[in-house]
This record gives sequence, C-alpha cells and structure tokens, in this order.
Amino acid sequence: MEPIVHLRRAVALIGRFPALAGADLDVDPGEIVLLRGPNGAGKTTMLRVCAGLVSVSSGTAIVLGQDLLRDRAAVRRRVGMLGHATFLYEDLTVTENLDFWSRAAGATVADGRAALDRLGVASRLWSLPVSALSAGQRRRVSFASMLCRRPELWLLDEPHAGLDSDGRDVIDDLMREAASRGATVLFASHELDRAGNVAHRSVTISGGVTVADPSVVPNSGTVTP
Amino acid sequence: MISESVVRDALLVAAKDLRLERRSKIGIAQVLPFAVLVLLLFAFALDPDRNILRQATPGLFWVTVLFSAVLTLQRSFGVEAEDGILDALRLSGMSPAGIYLGKVAALVVQLLALEVVLAFGVAILYDTRFIGIPLLIGVSVTATLGIAGAGAVYGALAARLRSRDTLLPLLLLPLLAPVLISATRGFEVSLEREAVSGWPWAALLGIFALVYVALGSLLFRPLLEDA
Repeated sequence: MEPIVHLRRAVALIGRFPALAGADLDVDPGEIVLLRGPNGAGKTTMLRVCAGLVSVSSGTAIVLGQDLLRDRAAVRRRVGMLGHATFLYEDLTVTENLDFWSRAAGATVADGRAALDRLGVASRLWSLPVSALSAGQRRRVSFASMLCRRPELWLLDEPHAGLDSDGRDVIDDLMREAASRGATVLFASHELDRAGNVAHRSVTISGGVTVADPSVVPNSGTVTP
Repeated sequence: MISESVVRDALLVAAKDLRLERRSKIGIAQVLPFAVLVLLLFAFALDPDRNILRQATPGLFWVTVLFSAVLTLQRSFGVEAEDGILDALRLSGMSPAGIYLGKVAALVVQLLALEVVLAFGVAILYDTRFIGIPLLIGVSVTATLGIAGAGAVYGALAARLRSRDTLLPLLLLPLLAPVLISATRGFEVSLEREAVSGWPWAALLGIFALVYVALGSLLFRPLLEDA
C-alpha cells in the first residue's frame, strides 16, 4: 500500500529560512496523524507543503501519488485545508461563501448546505455576512467550506481552536468518519488531551525535522499526551 | 481556444466580485465620489479659462478614470489577500486563466459604469458635447478592457505585498500610458471633429487590450503560484 504522504529529507524555505530542514513523514490511507511540536517547529509549513502551497526545494515529497517537485496543482484539487485563516469573504453571507467555494470545487450548492448542517451552523446565520459571525462560527463555516470539497487528504492546523465543546466534538467525529471512509487526516494541535483521543498516532517536529517520539504507542489507536 | 471550464470559472469569479461590490458599496460610496471630486478640482483649477478646460476634457476624463481604476483594483485584489483567500483560490481547482478573466470582467463592468457617470459629469461641469457616440463607446470599451487586463496582472502581483497600495500605481500607470494617450486622442476626435477619423485609435486600443488580456491569461498562473 502506497502512503498518501511520503516526505524524505524534505526541505522547504520560507524566504531564506528552512522551515522544514530535512523532514521525513509517511502517512497511510485512512490514518489520522497528529503533528506535535513547539511553536515554530514547522508544523504549519509541513501541512502547507502537503497541500502544495509551499514548494519543496530539495528532498522527496509525494502526496496522493503526485510528486510535489513536479506538479503541485494536481494535489491541491484533492486536499482540504483548514488553516489559521478562514478562507472566507467577510462581506458575503455564509451561503454566498459556501455556494462560491463549493461550485469552484465542482461540488453543488446542496453539498454546501449539507456541510453547514453537519457542522451545526444554525440556519438563521446563513443569510448573515461572515463579518457578523463570531470566531467560532466562522471556524465552523470554514470547516463546512472544506468539507463540501470531499477531500481525500485533510490537512488541519489547530482544528479545535476557537470552537466550543460541541464544535470540538463535531470536528473529532468528522475526522473519525473521514478516516473510516478511507480519507486521510493530518492535523497539528497543541491540545494533546483531545487530539490524542482522535489520532491513531503522532509525529513530533522540532526545528523543522521530525524526531523520534517516545510518547507514541504504535498501533494502539491512542497517543500519550 | 478558451475551454468550457475557464468560462465557467470566469463567470463564477465575476459574479462573486460584483456581488462583493454590491455588498461593500466601495465603488459607489468611495471610488465614485473620489472620481467626481477629481473632475470638480480640475474644473476649479482650470475654470478661469473655459477654453483650456474644454480642450483638456478628454485627457482629464481618462486621467480620472485611471486614478479611479487604481482604487478599484486595490479593492478587487485587497479582498483576495485577506484571510488566506489567495491560498483558497489556489486550492479551489479553478483555472488561473478563469480567475483572471473573471476579475477582468468584473473590473470592466465597474469601470464602464463609472465612466458613464463621469461622462455626465464632464457634460455638466466642463460643458462638453458628445458628437460621435459610437466612437466614444468603442474607445471606452477597448480602453477599459486594456486597463482592466493590465491592472489585474499587477493587482495580483502586488496583492500580497505590504507596500501594495503605493506599489500598484507605480507599476501600473507607466504601463497604461499608451492606453491613456490613445483613449485621449480617440475622445478628442469624437468630441471635436469628424468621428470617422477616430476609429484607428479605437482599433489601436483594441490591440492593446488583446495583448494585455492574452498575456495576463498566460501570466496569471505563475503569479498565483508565487503569490
């Protein structure tokens, strides 16, 4: 079985700074993998590399069977990314945003509505401009926008940030459902208690390289915080 | 040949941009008053000699359009630089050429609407009589397409730079000098004399527009890639 993500000695530069300085990572289909590490360790850059948003300057980087050194555009269509930014137009309403992004991805307007329902975004909010929503509500709409694309690889940067307890449970359930359907989830989080319950295993990054992680319990389905 | 998916993406982006404009009302509440104010200031400055004002009308009209276009472009690409939206566009799977053509189409609609209002403005403030209406329309459409075509390339280039507000006019205005000159000459002919002799200017503007839009469609992919 070929890994969905395969990085070997991957180097990615942000300006002249090597945010990834020779990172290795393998993620198999259907896995939920937690990226952990201190601030500035390279977690976000690794997610952005896997999304095809940051180029790899040397090493090997194969995602969804595509060599990122050759063609990043083909990968982008197949991944879903949730970052620190919401990817939403502030002046458009919730449904206008969802309609735009779902149709841009070749999905239907109905897919967008279903995703909003699944994320628990109350229908009374749908006609409001995004600028009128709270940070947590925006996060849910942003997640719905990603969900309606039906990505094969989910790349989530602090997916629980800004969400209430219900919202965090929904995100955890969605990650598990996605993995059970064969999608792959790679996410970065500092909330190790919660993230450890949903991740199959964790990978630690420090200084732009992946390091041996003594807290990982192989094949246990849990990660020791 | 433009593929069906490029047209679909262009229509989607153009509709989204025009909806954003309708919601934010930046064009009506800020760009339009700015343009009218510029016309008024020119009128105040040159009013003592009405003859000079009348002679300078075509140039003043297009300089005002260019300044207003810079503001419209800054808004159009400013929203794409907010909250990671450039990344979302790159992840969306839409064709870069479709995104570019959609941005150009929305800009053309907004600028043409502005030019109609400005035309009434110069008619009232500068006592201008429009004679060759078909030529005026031809010059306006081709010049606007050229402005939007070149502007969208530089708008995308400057979108992620912190200095984009000052950099965009510095990059764009020299490039648009041929459009300004040709549009001004075309307008002069249509306002003053036999309109037939002005069509070569419209044709020249059409060539500029075609070149800018064709280059923009090709350049937008690497621009979006490096944004």
